Amino acid sequence: MSGRTVTRADLSEAVYQKVGLSRTESAELVELVLQEISDCIVRGEPVKLSSFGSFIVRAKGERIGRNPKTGEEVPIAPRRVMVFKPSNVLKQRINGSLVPNGGDEDDD
Amino acid sequence: MIKSELVQRIAEQNPHLYQRDVENIVNAILDEIVAAMARGDRVELRGFGAFSVKNRPARQGRNPRTGTKVEVTEKYVPFFKTGKEMRERLNDV
Repeated sequence: MSGRTVTRADLSEAVYQKVGLSRTESAELVELVLQEISDCIVRGEPVKLSSFGSFIVRAKGERIGRNPKTGEEVPIAPRRVMVFKPSNVLKQRINGSLVPNGGDEDDD
Repeated sequence: MIKSELVQRIAEQNPHLYQRDVENIVNAILDEIVAAMARGDRVELRGFGAFSVKNRPARQGRNPRTGTKVEVTEKYVPFFKTGKEMRERLNDV
């Protein structure tokens, strides 16, 4: 593992290298793609990107939490959360490269 | 929304680009995220969220149907943590 952090700048660079738009336009398009995905999720609509994964919105009911420091009980309000469900292709890509001779089975 | 619909929405806002260019742009972005995770890198997209890879060490599991013990080998799983801005937007804060 190299442990580097990839950011928007790296994604723009990839678009610039592969598609041949200007750097400015590449950056704008990365932003637009993220914005379209975000807006869709915020509307509560799932986003399914084949061979990558899906973003799904889940509604969580109210539950009682606890302040770990004081032990005091606090209600946690109902809320919406987004979850990412990686595709099998993505899971296999990751295991294929990080686990020695891994990635050939999927047991869950 | 599926990938082709995402491509279409972006193409509509960028009439000077061919649909095929937009497809390549979306794929370039997703491929870059996948490649980063395959290297074990973290992908941090402020406001949206962060992709990372978590290690699941080898463990002894059980076949839930038969109860027999099975060795589960070490593996890596993709993980996504929602960004602050997304969390807030989902709950109209």
